[in-house]
Order: sequence, then C-alpha cells, then structure tokens
Amino acid sequence: MSFLDFLSALLLVPALFFFVAGTVALLRFPDLYSRLHALTKADNVGLGFAVLALMLRAENGVEVFKLALIWGLVLAASSTVCFLIGQEAVRRGLKPWTRQSP
Amino acid sequence: MSTVFLTAALALLLTIVLGLAQVFRQAGRADSLLAAILFGTTGVAVVLLLGKALGIPGAVDVALVFASLAAVLGVAFVLRGWPPDDFPEDPRP
Amino acid sequence: MIPQLLDGTLVLVVVALAWRALNDRDLFRGVIEFIALGLLLAMAWLRLRAPDLALAEAAVGSGLTGALILSALVRMRRREQAAAGQPAGVATGPWAKDRAKNFSRVLLGALSVAMLGTLAWAALSLPAKARGLTAEALARLPDSGVTNPVTAVLLNFRAYDTLLEIGVLLLAIVGVWALRRGEWPAADLRERPLLLSLLRWVLPLLAVGAGYLLWIGASAPGGAFQGGALLAGALVLALLSGLGRRLLRRGRLVRTGLTIGVLVFGVAGAVALGWTGGLLQYPTGQAGAWILVIEAAALVSIGLTLGLLYLGGRPGEK
Repeated sequence: MSFLDFLSALLLVPALFFFVAGTVALLRFPDLYSRLHALTKADNVGLGFAVLALMLRAENGVEVFKLALIWGLVLAASSTVCFLIGQEAVRRGLKPWTRQSP
Repeated sequence: MSTVFLTAALALLLTIVLGLAQVFRQAGRADSLLAAILFGTTGVAVVLLLGKALGIPGAVDVALVFASLAAVLGVAFVLRGWPPDDFPEDPRP
Repeated sequence: MIPQLLDGTLVLVVVALAWRALNDRDLFRGVIEFIALGLLLAMAWLRLRAPDLALAEAAVGSGLTGALILSALVRMRRREQAAAGQPAGVATGPWAKDRAKNFSRVLLGALSVAMLGTLAWAALSLPAKARGLTAEALARLPDSGVTNPVTAVLLNFRAYDTLLEIGVLLLAIVGVWALRRGEWPAADLRERPLLLSLLRWVLPLLAVGAGYLLWIGASAPGGAFQGGALLAGALVLALLSGLGRRLLRRGRLVRTGLTIGVLVFGVAGAVALGWTGGLLQYPTGQAGAWILVIEAAALVSIGLTLGLLYLGGRPGEK
C-alpha cells in the first residue's frame, strides 16, 4: 500500500462518518428544518471527502475533472432543492421546533 | 485497495437501508423526499466507489448522469408534486 | 467476504423495494420507493459489470421517471377531489352496469390471453440452448464504424430495432397529445431567485452532457437514449420553471424536433437501401459517420419526447 493509497483510505473515514451522520439525523432530528440542515451539510461534505479520496486514485486528469464536476453538481442541486423545500414549508406555515414546544 | 473501496461501498449501502426505515415508517411527504435526495447523493458515492473497486471506467459517467439529473426530482416535487394537504407533521419528540 | 455481503444486501433490498413499491397503500411513498429502486438497480448493473445498462437506468430510471409518476399522482389526486364534489349517480366500480363496456373488457381480456399464448408458444419453440451471436458480433465489430459493441448492435447490426423504438416513442407522444391538452401554470421564478441561478448554468451543462454522451457512445457506454434523457431532464426543469414556455409557443419547431429522429433514420435507411442494396446497411467504411448523424437526430427527438411527456398532454392553454 503506497502513501497515496493510505491517504485515500484515510479520507474515506470522514466520508463514511458524514454519510452515517446524515442518515441518523434524518431519522432522529425533531423537525423538517433541522433535518434539511443536517442533510445538506453532512451529505455533501461526505460526498466531498469520497470524491477527494477517489481523485487521489484517478487514472488521469479528465477523471479528476469529472469527479469535481460531479461534486459541484450534487452540491448545487441539493442546496437549491433544500432551500426550495424550506421556503415552501415556511410559506405553508410549518412552525420550527423549539425546546418549549410539547 | 479495491477491498477498501468495496467495504466503503457496502457501508454506504447499509446507510441507504437505514434511511429506508424513514420512508417505510409513516414519514411525511417532504421527509420521504428528503430521504430520496439523500439516497441519490449516497448512490453517487456508491457508484463511484464500486466503479473504482471493480475497475469499470464507465462508472464515472454513470455518476455524472446521476449528478446532472439530481435537481430534477426535487424541483418537480416542490413546484408541482407537493400535495397541499400534506403537512405538517407534528414535531417529533 | 465483502463482495458476497454486498451482493446479498443488494439482492435483498432490490426485491424488498420492488415489492413495497408495488404494494404500498400510500402511492406517494410507492413513488419514492420506486425511485430508490432505480438507484439500487443501477448499482446492481454496475456490480454485474454492465455499465451500459447502469447508465440507461441512471438516465431514465430514477430522476426522470420519478418526476413523471409524481406528476401523474398529482393529476390523479386532483381528479379524485373534483369527482368527490360531484353527486354520485353513475357506478364507477370496476364492474359498472354497462353491457357494452363489459363486453369490450371481456374481448380485451381474451385478446390479451391469446397474445400471451402466442408469445409463450414462440418462446417455447425456440431451441433450449441458445448459441448466442456474441462471437459473430464481436468478429464483425471493426466493420461497424464504432468500437463500443452495444452501440454497434443498436445502430448497425440491429439498427431496425432502434428505428422501431424511436417510432414507438413518436407514437407515445402522438397518443398523449391526442388525448388531452396538458398545460399548467409555471412557477413564479421571481420568488425563487436561487432556482433561476441554478438553472442558468445547469441547463447549458445538461445540453453539453447530452452531446458528450452521444459522442462517447461510439467507444464507451453512452448513446442517443442516455443523452436524450439528459436533454429531457433539462426540458422538464425548463417547463417547471416557466423558462421553456417560449419553446412551446413555436409549435412547428417542436413538431419538427419530435419527428426528426424517425425522419432522418428512415431517410438514411432508404438511401442505404438504394446505395448498397440492404436496408440500413451502411456503405463500407462510412458507417461511423452515418451512425453519428442518425444518433444526433434521434437524440433531439428522444429528448423532446421524454421531456414533453411531462406536460401530460399537448401544449396550449385550456
């Protein structure tokens, strides 16, 4: 196992952590807004680390470029969609969860 | 090294299985869709890792197509597919 | 150990999801499960080392079909709500008291059974052990004009299959357009500036991606259908946000685009017939260029057809 291999495997650890965190947040967080928040952060940082890990093992520059493009596309799409969902939820009058609420 | 990627792919697949629990139990519409979006991103990572582990060069293009169409479902849901009677599920304890 | 675990999990989840997607009482959840199923199927195809199929599943199976079914669900619910307001007088159960209707149902059922029987007979009369044509196809690959065996089969060795498939797509959109008008108010983009800023660069990127998939299809997984699906995704986004409405006003342009695939493919077949004496048998040495032209025309038609199906009817206000 070369140094690059080691680094690549090391980067997969935070990637996995963020994906697991995102999934657990989806299951456990109290309301739609907090779940949206967890999803956009955790999920995209997770994919970012996975993409970084794969970039280190890429065959050529084109593959590195494609990987960066994939990450950028997912990042933009998921942030925009989550913003749209949040905006629509506010418009429909969904109250955010607070500690005081029953 | 390919075993490392394969193991990571398996772990991510298991998070999808875990996320399916959210869909299977009585989640709201928006929450089910959030799960689907999360699956989409996780799926991109799984496809990339599988392709690397198995040595399939076309896998990057598969992931690219998934990523390109990632916005379609969510935008279609918010602008057209979100039923007005859905809601707002009470905040969970 | 890890590969077996991965395969086992994939098989279990795919079967469970397929079952749930078909049987879920909540149709919305069924749609979400169907979308997840498409994603897992793409992984399964990749695991089986079939990137061509994984690409097709990624392009058509998950996002686009999901949006299409979601839109059908919205329409269905709206119709149910409209029907709930009307006084109930006509029986609407599956076996309404209408002799003509029942007769046509029985007739259709009998025809379906006959069709099934014919197909079963055709399948059973085939030799039990198929020899397959893999060796022959691979041996003639250098003559096909492309280096990707899947594209060689789809656009050269069995090009008439693809010609008919594109014809089926045209028939589908003609059928949908004949049934109803389908236009709904577009979203107001002024309230959603973030969406506009996303679409500004994603729509052109999707068009470039479609061209890329078309070009790479000659040597790697890709092709007109996958590229067309990207184009269709761009069109769905444009229709939802209202950016695509101006295109719809140009009826002749849209109709030309919808038919150009069949038209170019058909003309190419006829010209090739006169030139070489074989239907869709391209002149020696030029097959690559012929395939590229045909696929480019097919890409436009496939993209427009799949995208406009999302409207659920012909353009035009009610």
